[in-house]
Amino acid sequence: MTTLIYLIPVALFLGALGLGGFLWALRSGQYEDLDGAAERILIDRDDPHEMTSRSN
Amino acid sequence: MSCCAPGAEMALDISDVASVPPSSNEIKLASRSLGSDIHQTDLSVPTVHCAACIRTIETALAKLENVESVRVNLSTKRVSIRWHGGDVPPFFAGLGRLGYKAHLFDPELHEKDQTLAGLIRAVAVTGFAAGNIMLLSVSVWSGAEGPTRDLFHWVSALIAIPALAFAGGIYFRSAANALRHGRMNMDVPIAVGVSLAYAMSLYETINHGAHAYFDASVSLLFFLLIGRTLDHMMRERARTAVNGLSRLAARGAVVLGADGARDYLPIGEIEPGMQLLIAAGERIPVDGDILGGSSDLDCSLVSGESIPGTASVGTHVQAGTLNLTGPLTMEATAAAKDSFLAEMVRLMEAAEGGRSRYRRIADRVSALYAPVVHLAALLTFLGWMAASGDWHRSMTTAIAVLIITCPCALGLAVPIVQVVAARRLFEAGVMVKDGSAMERLAAIDRAVFDKTGTLTLGRPRLVNAPSIDPVMLAIAADMAAHSRHPFSQAIAAHGGFRGRLGSVHEEPGFGIEATADGSTWRLGRRGWAGWKARTGAEGKKGGYGGTVLSKDGRIVAAFAFEDTTRPDAKAAVEKLKDAGVSVEMLSGDTAKACGEVARTLGISNFVPALLPSGKVEWIETLSRAGHKVLMVGDGLNDTPALGAAHVSIAPATAADVGRKAADFVFLRDSLLALPLALDISRKAGRLIHQNIAIAIVYNAFAVPIAISGHVTPLIAAIAMSASSLAVIANAMRLQGVVKPASQGVGLRQRRADLSEAARS
Repeated sequence: MTTLIYLIPVALFLGALGLGGFLWALRSGQYEDLDGAAERILIDRDDPHEMTSRSN
Repeated sequence: MSCCAPGAEMALDISDVASVPPSSNEIKLASRSLGSDIHQTDLSVPTVHCAACIRTIETALAKLENVESVRVNLSTKRVSIRWHGGDVPPFFAGLGRLGYKAHLFDPELHEKDQTLAGLIRAVAVTGFAAGNIMLLSVSVWSGAEGPTRDLFHWVSALIAIPALAFAGGIYFRSAANALRHGRMNMDVPIAVGVSLAYAMSLYETINHGAHAYFDASVSLLFFLLIGRTLDHMMRERARTAVNGLSRLAARGAVVLGADGARDYLPIGEIEPGMQLLIAAGERIPVDGDILGGSSDLDCSLVSGESIPGTASVGTHVQAGTLNLTGPLTMEATAAAKDSFLAEMVRLMEAAEGGRSRYRRIADRVSALYAPVVHLAALLTFLGWMAASGDWHRSMTTAIAVLIITCPCALGLAVPIVQVVAARRLFEAGVMVKDGSAMERLAAIDRAVFDKTGTLTLGRPRLVNAPSIDPVMLAIAADMAAHSRHPFSQAIAAHGGFRGRLGSVHEEPGFGIEATADGSTWRLGRRGWAGWKARTGAEGKKGGYGGTVLSKDGRIVAAFAFEDTTRPDAKAAVEKLKDAGVSVEMLSGDTAKACGEVARTLGISNFVPALLPSGKVEWIETLSRAGHKVLMVGDGLNDTPALGAAHVSIAPATAADVGRKAADFVFLRDSLLALPLALDISRKAGRLIHQNIAIAIVYNAFAVPIAISGHVTPLIAAIAMSASSLAVIANAMRLQGVVKPASQGVGLRQRRADLSEAARS
């Protein structure tokens, strides 16, 4: 019973961590081009010219 | 690179609309400054569609001088370029060499979609809260008792607070807004149900009660938010794609000052009386009179006339007309806000009444549903009070009724079907602006077509090529390759370009002159090329038969043109007739041109030479007679009619305002997109009705159980989820029923192309 005192906050904290991660990813524009993200894994990134920074 | 071949998916032919890249002045005007000398320019590149495109564009543009970074956004088909320095890097030329047509994108439209971000955040927060509360609830249902149960309830209450405050706000605000205006919408029962459930659960928790409804109130919000997010994403995606296509209105023009200075001014600052310089290939920005120069004008998007007209000193020109062959000086006679284009927008807004009266199925259902739900809950409360006198028990049961009837499935029923249908249409090259457009399309019984640019491509085709001497045709094609005039382009398509001509030059408004083997060749109007007089008899012999090739003044070949009908136009008209829709044609073009097209396509009713207001009147007459009219049109002159019709479709080549006024935009040349859209809309309509029926049947079973007081939170949760899942599963049936469009390269094909590209 007393373990719940620790376990519930720990579970909530971990969940909140995941939620925070998602919100951070959303804010930093990771979901702005889902189609592009799906295609980009096919591009080889050998050329330094291509390492362009993300806009916005 | 196989997937980048011409004609591949989403390859739009909008060459007519913007054949000349914007000047660097115009690019500067459309860029925004990011501080410290860095500018960002956003281009819309509708043909980008795969990994190879992304790679090609990003590598090539990043190599240009002064370019800081390039990023392709595949979802919105946009390229953002950051650059520094005073000179604009040549992106348009770069993209053109790679084979991509690009258009400037309006900076004020380029805002992140805040609503969508807010909705996704709300889904995330409610999802997190619902998951955790559900875990705690399962523990309670499994037999947690006494202080443990109270602890779990308290923790649930704490988790629910941020979810309700953050995500519930969307519904509370909407409900409050509806109530303030004396209306009822779906959000009212949701807001009341959720907040009552929370308040009651809190009361239960404080008094160590056995049941709490935190899980119900939060998971209800979660499901509803999913539906709302899907609905929003669908509309937003189509809207950005439509906005991203090329524009009709010029962004600005070169103004000639009194002291001879040339300034590039944005269109809003151009006033009547100013003198403007219009280069060949630019669009006329405002209405005005020509002061100097002569040229051919393409009015097809403005008036629907398929043959380019000539312009010389004194001609009045309308905004949006494309200047084809020679530079012009003109005097503005109206500001941009008073131009023909602005008048069309006003006419359209005035005509849109019929559409704004339309209420979406979901709204109509909820207008009936919400009062019934509240009444049922109230009656339950009163009934239990009368029967037992226990207000606590009565309240609990009433809330259970409110929650179990909460339109969770109903909230998902409509958007989920519309999203699936919109996706199917998108793959077939049709973009849907709004879910209600599909509901309206499903109801039509009349289709009204514009001619130029809609039933026809607005691109002339040489019809007598076989009867022309091949040598003469080849020479004419060589000459025609130097001009932008639509007739020249039609002739040029027939030639092998040997390029042995000397001193080619274009006489704007007349034709092309060149020398070869010591002779002077002219390709153009009969009266001019035939040497007799510069502005001689072409008025009589004008039209399709008026273009000739002459050698030293002697006519050696005559060319006849015909406007090409859109591929599958006949098949599309037949399919519409089979679907029970009668077809008519309205046009601003001449009766002769209309008659030919109508005969070819098997359309018996047509009205030629209509003014924009005439088209609107025609549609309004039909509407008053009880018909539901579909308008298909592309020109600026069709825009008011697009607004007046029950539902409207425009091709991607349409005028900018036309595309904005239309409910659907089809991206490919084939007109088969129309019967396909009608078919999918009708199927979607059936599925929506089925879904609403499922939701109502579910309530018919659930409500009596709730009223009798036998609903535990577990039953409520299971029932709610089950009804939502049934609705989603039903919507997914749409995926299978429609065959991919015959010429459309489907998603599967695209994936296959892609993996091939990856291997090679």
